[in-house]
Amino acid sequence: MATVTYDHVTKRFDTVVAVNDFNLEIPDKEFLVLVGPSGCGKSTALRLLAGLEEITEGDIYIGDRLVNHVPAKDRDIAMVFQSYALYPHMSVYDNMAFGLTLRKVPKEEIDRRVREAAQILGIEDLLKRKPRQLSGGQRQRVALGRAMVRDPAAFLLDEPLSNLDAKLRVQTRAELSKLHQRLGTTFIYVTHDQVEAMTMATRIAVMKDGLLQQVGAPQDLYDRPENVFVAGFIGSPAMNFFQARVKGQREEMHLDIDSFQVPVPASWLDDLLPYGGKEVIFGMRPENICDPECQPCSTEAAPVTAMVDVTEVMGSEIFLHLVADGKAFMARVDPRCRARPGQEIRVEFDMARMHVFDPETEEAIGSREKR
Amino acid sequence: MVGRRWWTPWLWLAPALALLGVFLVYPVVDTVRRSFLDERSKSFVGLDNYRFIIDNPQPLVSDTHSALLNNIMWLTLFTGITVALGLILAVLTGRVRYEAAAKSSIFIPMAISFVAAAVIWRFMYEFNTDIGTVNAAVTSAGGESTDWLRDTGSPQTWLTERGPDTMPRPIQINNLALIFVGVWMWTGFAMVVLSAGLKGISTEVLEAARVDGANEWQIFRRIIVPILSPTIVVVATTLVIQGLKKFDLVWVMTGGRAKTDVVATLFYKEAFRVGDFGVGAALAVVLLLWVLPIMVISIRRFQFQEETR
Amino acid sequence: MARRHPSTPDGSTVAAAPPLTLALGTARRLAGRLPLHLSLMALMVLWSIPTIALLVSSFRDPMAIASSGWWNAIREPFDLTANNYQTVLEKQGMARAFFNSVIITVPSTVLVILVAAWAAYAFAWMKFPTRNLLFLLMVALLVVPVQMTLIPVLRLYSDVTINAELPILGGRIFGTGSYMGMWVAHTAYGLPFAIYLLRNFFGSLPRDLFESAYLDGASDLRVFFRIVLPLSMPAISALAIFQFLWVWNDLLVALIFLGGEPDLAPMTVKVTNLVSSFGTNYQVLTAAAFISMALPLVIFFALQRYFVQGILAGSVKG
Repeated sequence: MATVTYDHVTKRFDTVVAVNDFNLEIPDKEFLVLVGPSGCGKSTALRLLAGLEEITEGDIYIGDRLVNHVPAKDRDIAMVFQSYALYPHMSVYDNMAFGLTLRKVPKEEIDRRVREAAQILGIEDLLKRKPRQLSGGQRQRVALGRAMVRDPAAFLLDEPLSNLDAKLRVQTRAELSKLHQRLGTTFIYVTHDQVEAMTMATRIAVMKDGLLQQVGAPQDLYDRPENVFVAGFIGSPAMNFFQARVKGQREEMHLDIDSFQVPVPASWLDDLLPYGGKEVIFGMRPENICDPECQPCSTEAAPVTAMVDVTEVMGSEIFLHLVADGKAFMARVDPRCRARPGQEIRVEFDMARMHVFDPETEEAIGSREKR
Repeated sequence: MVGRRWWTPWLWLAPALALLGVFLVYPVVDTVRRSFLDERSKSFVGLDNYRFIIDNPQPLVSDTHSALLNNIMWLTLFTGITVALGLILAVLTGRVRYEAAAKSSIFIPMAISFVAAAVIWRFMYEFNTDIGTVNAAVTSAGGESTDWLRDTGSPQTWLTERGPDTMPRPIQINNLALIFVGVWMWTGFAMVVLSAGLKGISTEVLEAARVDGANEWQIFRRIIVPILSPTIVVVATTLVIQGLKKFDLVWVMTGGRAKTDVVATLFYKEAFRVGDFGVGAALAVVLLLWVLPIMVISIRRFQFQEETR
Repeated sequence: MARRHPSTPDGSTVAAAPPLTLALGTARRLAGRLPLHLSLMALMVLWSIPTIALLVSSFRDPMAIASSGWWNAIREPFDLTANNYQTVLEKQGMARAFFNSVIITVPSTVLVILVAAWAAYAFAWMKFPTRNLLFLLMVALLVVPVQMTLIPVLRLYSDVTINAELPILGGRIFGTGSYMGMWVAHTAYGLPFAIYLLRNFFGSLPRDLFESAYLDGASDLRVFFRIVLPLSMPAISALAIFQFLWVWNDLLVALIFLGGEPDLAPMTVKVTNLVSSFGTNYQVLTAAAFISMALPLVIFFALQRYFVQGILAGSVKG
């Protein structure tokens, strides 16, 4: 059980900077999810912690111990790999026992721990099988079990669900959360899937191009993204972005998006005052755009007329692909809405939920509380 | 496919089946038959030819015992050393940046004929220290020049300067010198195949072992070697077959002199120099008997591959 | 908690890492890898020396070869001469032997590919009774020692030998002492490996491809020539290289089936004869050996990739 600390960690491969001045403190018992698009350095960050890659600069601590030069085997961590990485020539039992055998744990103790883990994971019947005789989901459990028996200071999981089919993935997500509660160990979980991050994490760290973008609780990241990247990455379908210009003074202030204009809510006036006459990036999540015919928005609704391009029926909701004067965006509306492709409809933007970003720095504008 | 005439496949197979029948199947059957006939293949002699091999009545002309023992030497030493070296090289070359260059230099002898290799190594083993590289190295290290291809002593006598010789007979210096040439030629093969197998092992599995607490040696011993064992078997069987059939190398380097004959060279001598087809055929059958277990292994392995395809 | 934003220019910020620990880590890593590099280098040198020794010596003066080791040639690099090659090619008939090797090898290689591809197609894509049994038998034939087949085949050859001389190339038309006899023999001996390798490759081609071709109305012949052969070029190249080297480097088959006919002898036979008659005349032997190695080495370096593929595709070759 331990805190994990990344202190100004940088990793370079020849000329590529995979992880750039990475700072993160992961308290004991946290379920931290490192999320980002592929190639963002999240796996490298995890492998640095595991001791599978050498750190170029900076320090990593597990608890109070500096582990920069500690080999992987002595770091007291366990890892679940994307391909599960089961030893193909060993039975499930031996796979789970291997790490303990190497540590010269007594036979009876090994047996006890393996059976306990197997029972928790529901794989007691598979102990004599070889990995190739198992289904994907079963292999995944064995990989988890192999990590569990070690009773490590931290669990590292590298995209462990990406080889499972969609249904099994949803099921395993919940089971992983349960396991985390039960074991009470630090989990560090890497994924490119923001849904996995949102559903399981106690905290999420978003990475892009080797740089840490934002760290926070899932809801916090969704409600208050600190830059354009995080805003677009968290949430599905992704947030709509519009190039806008701040026009007018005070009560007259509005955002001009060429094809349409939306008024700025009173609470935003102070924040946008310095941007008067300047360009900003205006963000609106699809779920905050609604069709007033069937489900009106909040009080601060701004009407926008658009053409329906495509509709995607999901059953519980409908995704509308809309076009307003050449600018495409998406709305996520109630299935009772009757919009048809080719129709012109009037939708409403929920301005209380708007996001504004500086086009230069791509950072969010406005005080945190507001967003 | 529906509507293909039943004889179409046989039409496609005919040329191959005809050639295989004439050049491989018929000869095997015929050789077995001849091994029970006399030297001119005229009259039935029962097991006399085999008895000749076992009794070894003419050790000076055709020393069957020595040939059989030497073949066993080839089988074990040649296969063992080559597989071990190949495995070591596969692991080592995979860890350096000059992997391609390292592999090429080990692999080149594969492309050379046994005849050319024989010339190369007669030159290397030459007694005259102004010519022979090996002896030049030995003498400059303070040793004595050795006639590598004729010395029938054991390495023990060589090391202890003609001291006592308690090692088993076929472990002769000249045999070892010959076997080393075989090793030199085939290590590249073992290395390439094993290295491909090694690359097939997922890096995640090796990393998992590292995180599990294994050191480099434990990873090699308990993960790499077991996972690689099917490939090791493939390499070993190929080498065993090579070791069994070894002919060209011995024939050109020593002609079987100084007790270096193997079954294949002795067979050649019997059949084409002495002119005794009966004994020659019996020797060939002995070779085949040794190959049979490997045949069975190959077939098993092939069936297994088909099932898991 | 420090946060970085994508547009801030401090992507290049160098975190304050103690440089001493870093250097120590690198040094430790290098020291740990030193034995690895040393042992690998030693093996590389050990494995290359014999070939280099041969190459250097073949360019040295006969007097120099006999009186000082080849490693001394580095000291007088301008004393090297091509005379040995001239002697061997002109007086010892190596030129003719080289020619013979080509005549024997090229058709044997082409023939084996044709016949084997033909049979492998049937094994891979046609259904017929005994198919698996027959193929297993083929796998078994991989390990039959060639020596074993020599006497019976020689007997057969003596029955069917056609004594008339083959125009242009020389030798008999068929049987012992004929090129054609060599072609057929080498083709037959190469077949088990070739069929095994090609069948496995053909079998790995996607089934859809064949089915769509059949649906389009293509005959077996058409599918074979227009789809299977072009797609199998990697396997066929690998096989071609292998068969080429195997035949080129063969001594036994040539020794027996050419019946000591000196005009037809390929280089392996020629070099063997030189060894027995010139014993330690290394100026002749080294040059002759190197000529016999030249083509395989060129092929090896030019087509290394296919060479390795071939080995991996069918590493059961007997």
